[in-house]
Amino acid sequence: MSAAVTVNAGPKRGWKSLSTWIGAVIVGAAMICAIAAPLLVPHDPFAQDLAKRLQVPFWMEGTDPAHLLGTDQLGRDYLSRLIWGCRISMLIGVTVTVVSGLIGITIGVLGGFFGGRIDDAVLFAITTRLSIPVVLVALAVVGLLGTSMTLLVLTLGLLLWDRFAVVARSTTMQVRNLDFVAAAWCAGCSRFRVLSREVLPNIASHLVVVATLEIALAILLEATLSFLGLGVPPPLPSWGLMIAEAKDYMFFSPWVIVIPGVALFTLVLGINLLGDGLRDLFGARTDT
Amino acid sequence: MLSFLTRRLIVALLVATTVMTLAFVLTRLSGDLATSIAGANATQADIEVIRKAYGLDRPVLTQFFDWVGRALTGDLGNSYFFQTRVSTLIAERMPVTLTLGITGLLIALFVSIPLGILAAVREGTGFDRAVQMVALLGQAMPSFWLGLLLMITFGLQLGWLPISGTGSWENFVMPGVVLAFSAIPALTRLTRAGMIQAMGSDYIRTARAKGLSRASILLKHALRNAAIPVVAIAAVQLGFMLGGSIVIEQVFALHGVGFLAWESIAKNDFPVVQAVVLVLAVIYVALTMVADLMNAVLDPRLRV
Repeated sequence: MSAAVTVNAGPKRGWKSLSTWIGAVIVGAAMICAIAAPLLVPHDPFAQDLAKRLQVPFWMEGTDPAHLLGTDQLGRDYLSRLIWGCRISMLIGVTVTVVSGLIGITIGVLGGFFGGRIDDAVLFAITTRLSIPVVLVALAVVGLLGTSMTLLVLTLGLLLWDRFAVVARSTTMQVRNLDFVAAAWCAGCSRFRVLSREVLPNIASHLVVVATLEIALAILLEATLSFLGLGVPPPLPSWGLMIAEAKDYMFFSPWVIVIPGVALFTLVLGINLLGDGLRDLFGARTDT
Repeated sequence: MLSFLTRRLIVALLVATTVMTLAFVLTRLSGDLATSIAGANATQADIEVIRKAYGLDRPVLTQFFDWVGRALTGDLGNSYFFQTRVSTLIAERMPVTLTLGITGLLIALFVSIPLGILAAVREGTGFDRAVQMVALLGQAMPSFWLGLLLMITFGLQLGWLPISGTGSWENFVMPGVVLAFSAIPALTRLTRAGMIQAMGSDYIRTARAKGLSRASILLKHALRNAAIPVVAIAAVQLGFMLGGSIVIEQVFALHGVGFLAWESIAKNDFPVVQAVVLVLAVIYVALTMVADLMNAVLDPRLRV
């Protein structure tokens, strides 16, 4: 058995590290786009020019060199909107994950650390959360309260904490029984100190992996909600909203939905590749 | 076994009650419902009439217990917009959503089980990596976008399939494929992991030692054991798929429960919204219970 493992380990590691690097490059590029969007955009992403509606991108005939990826149905530069959309996706992905991480890690660590009744309550909360249809409830909240970025982030944050809770709970349970935690108890450390200095640092790597996967999920969900018209409010160029707005023109000019879709797909794939790579690197378990 | 069953049932009931409360709170979030139903141009008198007509002038707790009490007897109230009973509306739309969900699940199983087995048998080879890559790609694919791409390709350019409506079985092919995409990565990974674990176990070594054929070892001995978690997760996935079908129903204009919910959200028809949330949650809870039971029946070690 061990011989087989050694034989397989070589090429697999090489392939794994390549895919991790691809993921890292995609995420790095997305972060640069997100942070430096105002400097990178060639045109104002909100400026309309009705004389230049639906200009085709560079690989088609009759393209306008001023608009590399063409223009949308209102004559706004598609490349600029794409870069600005990356900023929105990343912003929402990261903030949602911060909110859901705070909730999920707190709940999960408490359940795993204290066990007993508290853990029963935590398990019940996780079960209840999983039974709630996320897209439907998020749509209902935004539909009833109105579209805004803050509301969207809070809603998704309140809905997506389950994986954080599951992983934080199971890893805390494992760490809780290790010798160094017992040593900390014997040394007279307070509960808070044991939790913050002994348990949390030792489960952090697992949580980082969950966080990357959750960012990807939040970005996909934001795009879905924006596509359904109950996410990021227009005229902000969310990729999901760009696809929704371009939908009426897709049968004649398919590129209008291909461009933002490819961007969304690539970003989510890149984050997942990076997350998978980190999981192998840390030897973390994130199965739920 | 009996105590296992009762405990599962109690938890399921508690979850359903909690979801009921949450669904009720959810629709009261916007503050004054009567105002939002009446619309922007309504006068104060109109709002008062609506408040009275829908029983919104009663204390919130009375409204809540009234709703819970009726829901327990299967009465989910009346829709504000359609002027019919919500339970009738949901019952009318449910076949479309169920057809879609089951089609999606069948496609997903049909793709992921063979892929998972082949990847496990050729663990570490190029094929295995390709399968894992496909799983990653599937995970990153936005379902609404995939739906639109399929519509352009197979609906418009090739003209093979209808792009909207629910007239025939052909209408469910593209939505089913799109929905299947959301379950294929998890099911493939699970089949692969289960098969790899099973193939490394003692009973497979015994089967090999007995001189059984490779096909018989794989399909009779290994797959049966690897299939237990896959079948259980498939039930849970179906629950997720029914909840997630709202997006696909909207893209392909399938008038199922998800579409109903989407319309109702836009129209502030809150009895429908809270009922759909409740019904989907109850279906999910029931499916997870079925999954747990299947696990327990097939694997006695889990009956804790």
